[in-house]
Amino acid sequence: MSEKNLLEMKGIGKTYFGTQVLKDINLGVKPGEIHGIVGENGAGKSTLMNILFGMSVIHSTGGYDGEILIDGQNVEIFSPLEAMELGIGMVHQEFMLLPSYTITENIKLNREELKPNVFSRLFGQNIKSLDFSSMNAQARRALDKLSISIEEYVTVAGLPVGYMQFTEIAREIDKSNLKLIVFDEPTAVLAESEASSLLEAMKSIAQQGIAILFITHRLDEVVEICHNITVLRDGQHVATKGRKATDVYELAELMVGRKVEKMTRQKKQVKKKESLLQIENLIVHMPGEEVKGVDLEVFQGEILGIGGLAGQGKVGIANGVMGLYPSKGKVLIGGELLKLNNPRVSMSKKLAYVSEDRRGVGLLMDSSLEMNIVINAIQNQNRFILKFGPFSLLNSRSIREHALKMIKELDIRCTGPAQVVKHLSGGNQQKVCIARALTMNPGILFVSEPTRGIDVGAKRLVLETLVQLNEEMGMTIIMTSSELGELRSITDRIAIVTGGKIAGILKPDDSDVDFGLLMSGQKSRKGA
Amino acid sequence: MRVADKTIVSQSQEGVRVKKKIKGFLTNNMVTIMFLILGLLGFLIAGMSPFLFLMDIVTRVSRNSFLVLSLIIPVMAGMGLNFSIVLGAMAGQALLIFVTHWGITGLPGILLCMILVTPLSIFLGYLTGKLFNKAKGQEMIAGLILAFFAQGVYELIFLQLIGGVIPMDNRVLIMSSGVGVRTTVDLSFGLKYGLDWPGLTLGMPTLLRPTLPWVLSFFGVAGTGLLIFLYFSKKMVLSRLKLIAGIAALAAVLVFSINEMIVGSQVNLIRVPLLTWIVIAGLCFFIYFFSQTKLGQDMRSVGQDRHVAAVAGIQVDRVRIIAIMMSMVMASWGHIIFLQNMGAFSTYGSHEQIGLYSVAALLIGGATVTRATIGQALLGVFLFHTLFIVSPSAGRQLFGDAQVGEYFRVFVAYGVIGVTLAMHAWKKLLEASSRLEN
Repeated sequence: MSEKNLLEMKGIGKTYFGTQVLKDINLGVKPGEIHGIVGENGAGKSTLMNILFGMSVIHSTGGYDGEILIDGQNVEIFSPLEAMELGIGMVHQEFMLLPSYTITENIKLNREELKPNVFSRLFGQNIKSLDFSSMNAQARRALDKLSISIEEYVTVAGLPVGYMQFTEIAREIDKSNLKLIVFDEPTAVLAESEASSLLEAMKSIAQQGIAILFITHRLDEVVEICHNITVLRDGQHVATKGRKATDVYELAELMVGRKVEKMTRQKKQVKKKESLLQIENLIVHMPGEEVKGVDLEVFQGEILGIGGLAGQGKVGIANGVMGLYPSKGKVLIGGELLKLNNPRVSMSKKLAYVSEDRRGVGLLMDSSLEMNIVINAIQNQNRFILKFGPFSLLNSRSIREHALKMIKELDIRCTGPAQVVKHLSGGNQQKVCIARALTMNPGILFVSEPTRGIDVGAKRLVLETLVQLNEEMGMTIIMTSSELGELRSITDRIAIVTGGKIAGILKPDDSDVDFGLLMSGQKSRKGA
Repeated sequence: MRVADKTIVSQSQEGVRVKKKIKGFLTNNMVTIMFLILGLLGFLIAGMSPFLFLMDIVTRVSRNSFLVLSLIIPVMAGMGLNFSIVLGAMAGQALLIFVTHWGITGLPGILLCMILVTPLSIFLGYLTGKLFNKAKGQEMIAGLILAFFAQGVYELIFLQLIGGVIPMDNRVLIMSSGVGVRTTVDLSFGLKYGLDWPGLTLGMPTLLRPTLPWVLSFFGVAGTGLLIFLYFSKKMVLSRLKLIAGIAALAAVLVFSINEMIVGSQVNLIRVPLLTWIVIAGLCFFIYFFSQTKLGQDMRSVGQDRHVAAVAGIQVDRVRIIAIMMSMVMASWGHIIFLQNMGAFSTYGSHEQIGLYSVAALLIGGATVTRATIGQALLGVFLFHTLFIVSPSAGRQLFGDAQVGEYFRVFVAYGVIGVTLAMHAWKKLLEASSRLEN
């Protein structure tokens, strides 16, 4: 393969609102090459693809640095349409299909074959009739190229996901000028057999001289079919390796590898492990974070971390247990069965929750700090109120006292308990959330993404607060986070969620390779 | 992906499947079935003569169908029920006033109205479409409020500006103060029946006014021919069962009308506004044809998923604006057809209820916020007006007071909109929970 590069990206960088998310990425793809791009969430894969596709988020936030060359020509891509015209196709992670259309209609979406009629002579192109027979024939041809036997006139709704995926691919292949296809996590939703036939199809597409960019976190697939593999981490280009020159373990390490900052915390004496919370076959229907049957046991007095890539379902677990999203399964608290789908019941069982969606669900943004702290206790435990017959009034004195106590204990930086929370900084808002959860006197505290969107110094404070709560008050904490580093710094055990299930439970000081492998949906070396 | 061979499916499974199918049919068509029963009960209780009923329903259906059909295209484009057709109605009404003032009567007057209102409603549709693009997902409430807002502008123009800033010297139309249009505009001796009865001003009262039995027998013969043609041309389109059922229904219509003709009953006195029916049929054909064109396909794509359509390169905002413009033009024409049949209208009120009543009729026909067909629109108009006709007499029979039926009717018109919207949300909820079960 000594041909010239079909696509070349040189020194690509991107800054969002002053934060550098991509820095000096270099990438070259030849015709017929399958090029893998691997990396954790936030490594910059999707930003890179958004740049390649000229998505409006890129240009509305100040464009990008570096240059893109296609067939040696310097190009600037300002819209997905321009990308398509340059011969770049994309198979999206979430299907871009219209369910009530047939496969043909989806394949030919906005590229319909037209034939003139009486009215089109008057009103122009737009009013031409659709030529279904030639559309069907072309769709058939594209499906045949993928050796898929499904009939092209079937409607997409209700098809198995594998077929939906192939419909997407057929749509790209059907484009006559196609030179490069981007596959964005195509196998994430597929069963194993479907995934392997997809990989076969990708190989045969590449043999037809079309270049493929394959974005995935399933490392075995990358190693199986890619000619070259680029690893991104934290927006930086870590390495580009030939397939022969690397293996799954090295890739896993490159992908995760980051120094872990261990927080100083005294090793707890190993007590007798007492089971506090058991989750059996929990299914949570949370869009984007589906939980598909989780079994998990939480012990008294521990900090359990829940990690994994975005979209794999880790966030769904806490939301399901707390009753925020429809769920089913069995949850036992101290041996007692919890009634699901009712936040009030969950809270009455001494569960408290700090939501990952601080602005949306977590806080009453326009209310005062003290109100935010006590609102759950007022609503669920009838505390901080004075009863006069059928009427109840807020007990403002006790609310104020409690808020001041919390502000002091958690070191919330504010002008006073009456300050409106939306004027607080992210870190202090997070502390208000924690204060509210603590006001409920919980037995188990769920904390989701506690450090999302807050600055580094504040992150540390929030994490220290959690450790303190655990050590001094013996509170059991279940912390969900996308940042493996922070999970490893404060938790006792880390459960990695992949595909809506627990892939495995690791100790914080297990190796990068083990974490990388589990997150990419593989058994760790120890397990194998 | 072939459907499993039927012989493999055991009897009991077949039974379950049929039961599920029936249950699905009932839940999907709950509203329509309910109104079918209500209409039938009302008819029986009212003890109305079928002749009077037929006469009334023919008039009302031909009067209202065009307006209701104008709602279909925005539904196709995923913009929900277009309450902003009130603006189109206002435009149509404005033109009726002007053309009456100019003294052009009959069919030419109506055609002039339609031609002149078109650019005006395209303009209004463009502005409305722009607004709806700013309020994606909230089109229905935006349309409702827009109609209230437009009412103010309309009143300003016709109460203050006409006769004042815009000169109009007309004793009949303008209030005695010389400023503002009178509260009622009478179209008799002018545009009344301009489309329904084009021969009226020419002294040929039966021109394009065939009797109902003739028209029905024509439909019977033509419909049977069409069904047979469809069955033999493309086998996939029509199952044998549907063919037989269709032919049986049409044969019944044919037998009924021929019988009426032979007997020479009162039904022969009912005359059909043929030109109006042709216009309505033309619109039905246009909507069907349009859905098969590139632009129609784009609208359906946008209607299903704006994001997917945009990624495929469809100019979503533009398509949505075109959908509203088309709907607006149709609504203005529809309102002109409506009023030329009524023969008189209240200048400041007759357009107000148009949006709500048309939407209610469409929903009664079984349409939803996301799906509406020509058949649903026509069936809905029929059922809605059946209720309108029978409820006063049914009210009198049941409660000794026609007004009670009237109240019921108004209650129903608004209630159906609320109930259908609630049911739409409920169905979505059911779908979500059934996804969880699987």
